[in-house]
Amino acid sequence: MIANLAQLAAEETKQNPLVPAGPELLIGTIAFAIVFFFFWKKLLPNINKVLEERRTAIEGGIEEAEAMKVEAQSVLEQYKAQLAEARHEAARLRQEAQEQGAALIAEMRAEGQRQREEIVAAGHSQIEADRKAAASALRQDVGKLATELAGKLVGESLEDHARQSRVIDRFLDDLEEKAEATR
Amino acid sequence: MSDNGCGFPAPGLHSFLFQPLFTVGGYEFNKVMLLTLITTFLVIGFFWAAFGKAKVVPGKLQMIGEAGYDFVRRGIVYETLGKREGEKYVPFMVSLFFFIWIMNVWSVIPLAQFPVSSVIAVPMVLAAIVWITWISLTFKRHGFVGFFKNITGYDKSLGAVLPLVMLIEFFSNLLVRPFTHAVRLFANMFAGHLMLVMFTVASWYLLNSWMIPAAGVSFVMTMAMICFELFVQAVQAYVFVLLACSYIQGALAEHH
Repeated sequence: MIANLAQLAAEETKQNPLVPAGPELLIGTIAFAIVFFFFWKKLLPNINKVLEERRTAIEGGIEEAEAMKVEAQSVLEQYKAQLAEARHEAARLRQEAQEQGAALIAEMRAEGQRQREEIVAAGHSQIEADRKAAASALRQDVGKLATELAGKLVGESLEDHARQSRVIDRFLDDLEEKAEATR
Repeated sequence: MSDNGCGFPAPGLHSFLFQPLFTVGGYEFNKVMLLTLITTFLVIGFFWAAFGKAKVVPGKLQMIGEAGYDFVRRGIVYETLGKREGEKYVPFMVSLFFFIWIMNVWSVIPLAQFPVSSVIAVPMVLAAIVWITWISLTFKRHGFVGFFKNITGYDKSLGAVLPLVMLIEFFSNLLVRPFTHAVRLFANMFAGHLMLVMFTVASWYLLNSWMIPAAGVSFVMTMAMICFELFVQAVQAYVFVLLACSYIQGALAEHH
């Protein structure tokens, strides 16, 4: 070690650090040339190809996303249009239904009115007919009863005579007229 | 020089001399050359592992490789030369950056502990390659007269001082530029290595009896210097490549 140092120290006296040694120059040149060659011919083209692929892949992805966005936008617009149309349709239907309902109610009301009037009229005519029937039946009964009573009172049959003279009818007519007048 | 009475083996120029590991045909093969070759294998090996079977979805190694590649490509080359002009020089600059950086990093790697770029031959070769590149590029772009106009900073509006300016520019660009380009890297690594060696050796040398606290200080300094050197190594690689780019940019620029 000491001997080596002494030897190196001796060499040092004639050593100039700025003067290159031939073999080192040569080795340095070769070493750098090899590094450069590999980078130039193999490694950088390799990685550049991959970087380019990655770039196109990313750009492709972005384009795809862009296309999807546009599609989504159009679908949304379509959907919105359909929704608006549906709303409009619903409003129209509601309106129509309201109108129809109103018409129906009016019709029903008219029908009800008509039926009521019919029923009432029928009731009236029935009552009238009943009254008339009752009145005529009553008249006959009352005539008969009165005749019988008078016959019993007079003691002879007045039936024929009464029928001829129409006395009873006249009497009853009088009664009716009075009743009409008092009504 | 190493023997000044107290026996402290102070680092010096001899720290940059190595016993040959073996001899090939009369030429000595030393540690510097070995590390240079290992650097080549390391750089290529790493990037082969990272980019050899590059995938669109990168693995961890590829991601690291891509980050380094992108740093040089986008951060240095595109910044100075632009994407269109710069693309052609990307492989050159990427090689330069990683080659130099790993050469520098040897400074703090155990067993190696020697920055290969602190041997002038290495920066000199690289600076020479850059120099040849931009000189030939200037010729190609501007022709013979244009070349001289370009590197002498020819500008009529300077009037009387024009010859002086041209002379200074000529020497500055053609001769001083490659020299400073190489020496900047060399000197930084050289000085860094001296500092590291000094503190490392001192930590060991001071390690006896009452000097032990001083050894501790020296050791802490060694650690601090290692961190600082790691920073300097990256910065010097960056600066070297940045300058190479700016020289090429000067060669490409239209003269006006």
